[in-house]
Amino acid sequence: MFMRFIYKFSSPPYFYAISGKMLPWLTALFLVLLGYGLYGGLVTAPADYQQGDSFRIIYVHVPAAWMSMFIYVVMAISGGIGLVWRIKLAEIVSISSASVGASFTFLALVTGSLWGKPMWGTWWVWDARLTSELILLFLYLGVIGLYSGIEDKRTASRAVAILALVGVVNIPIIHYSVEWWNTLHQGATVTKLDKPSIHIDMLIPLLFMAGAFKVYYFIALLLRSRNELLEREQNAKWIDDLLEKVK
Amino acid sequence: MKKTSSLLNAFSAVIKRDLLLAYRFRAELINPLAFFVMVITLFPLALGAEIALLKRIAPAIIWVAALLASLMSIENLFRADYDDGSLELMVMTPHPLSILVLAKVIGHWLVSSVPLLFIAPLMGMMLHMDTDIIGVLMLTLLLGTPVLSLIGGIAVALTLGLRKGGALLAILVLPLYVPILIFASSAIDAAMTGFPVSGHLSMMCAILFLAFTLTPLPTAAALKMSLS
Repeated sequence: MFMRFIYKFSSPPYFYAISGKMLPWLTALFLVLLGYGLYGGLVTAPADYQQGDSFRIIYVHVPAAWMSMFIYVVMAISGGIGLVWRIKLAEIVSISSASVGASFTFLALVTGSLWGKPMWGTWWVWDARLTSELILLFLYLGVIGLYSGIEDKRTASRAVAILALVGVVNIPIIHYSVEWWNTLHQGATVTKLDKPSIHIDMLIPLLFMAGAFKVYYFIALLLRSRNELLEREQNAKWIDDLLEKVK
Repeated sequence: MKKTSSLLNAFSAVIKRDLLLAYRFRAELINPLAFFVMVITLFPLALGAEIALLKRIAPAIIWVAALLASLMSIENLFRADYDDGSLELMVMTPHPLSILVLAKVIGHWLVSSVPLLFIAPLMGMMLHMDTDIIGVLMLTLLLGTPVLSLIGGIAVALTLGLRKGGALLAILVLPLYVPILIFASSAIDAAMTGFPVSGHLSMMCAILFLAFTLTPLPTAAALKMSLS
């Protein structure tokens, strides 16, 4: 049953049709989550006793940083699936994730630097988390550069998948080596399993924002994948049929 | 009929061939070395010849120069074999390509990085490093440069078919070089401040073995992809 769904979902015409139907719903969900998250984060959450109102950038910074790592893993896994089973859709998901992930990484770096100025008194420090996030951005840029460098897009997808998998093995090593090298950034405050050291009124909007970012990624991924699919399959019959319908 | 060669034979044949080629084209042997020395020479010219400053940053300079020299020479790892078609023959042999790739990388390391190991102490003396610290520096270079070649091999294999792979190669490779640079420089830092270095060196050994066993696989996969 499940495998049949997967087979069906990975066929380009079916994916194109169903993703088109999903997009309006996802957009609505995104707006709801974003609206509540922003309202909760910017209006109802209490100001931090130490950082005042400037802590509120957390509602963009932390979800963006989470997404930057999450998307890299998605990219590597779907790239691996594409590499092994040659599923066209997995390759497309993998490469469509790259630029979204790079944008989130950039966003996390920029908001972090804006937050760092009032808190640490400097735009940038060579701290472990900042540095590993910067290296993550370089890894994304490498993936995007390699993909655009190879002309045949199916070969390019395979190359990118290999690179992403190598990167995924390396990320923990890079992360810990940088961690031991230098640390100024505060420790994780939310993912501690026993009891988060962030107040519940601040936490709930943060989780909503994280949800909103995730849905946004999904929307962007679907849009980019549909576009990429149309470009790669431009000679396929199902696209002709689609155009007939549009006329 | 000649009996088919064993894996070990093929492995050593690949290394021997690369060493012989390097010996015949000695200019290529000199190039990374000259590059290494020149990059190091630029630093005192840019920073001024203050002895305390040079002493403090000498290990960093030597390591970054070694990294760049490795990046520059790794580009030619598969180039000649790709151009004359012997790489395709290697893919077609009954032996696993990853083992032959490992031989290629070892050959490359012997040719391009081992000479650096010999000249590095001289460079260290010129930058006023203490002799015992030079020893640690040599150890880190000995453990670190093979990792650079092994990781670089993946990126070279990925960019092999591209006409303008040079800058892309640097973008792909340099982020992956970060851990080894960090452990090497922290080992040297520890030595300079009088702390034991064995922990850092063990980490570098671990990374070396990890790279030794794992990197040939993606390199071989990428080579097959570039040739298809």
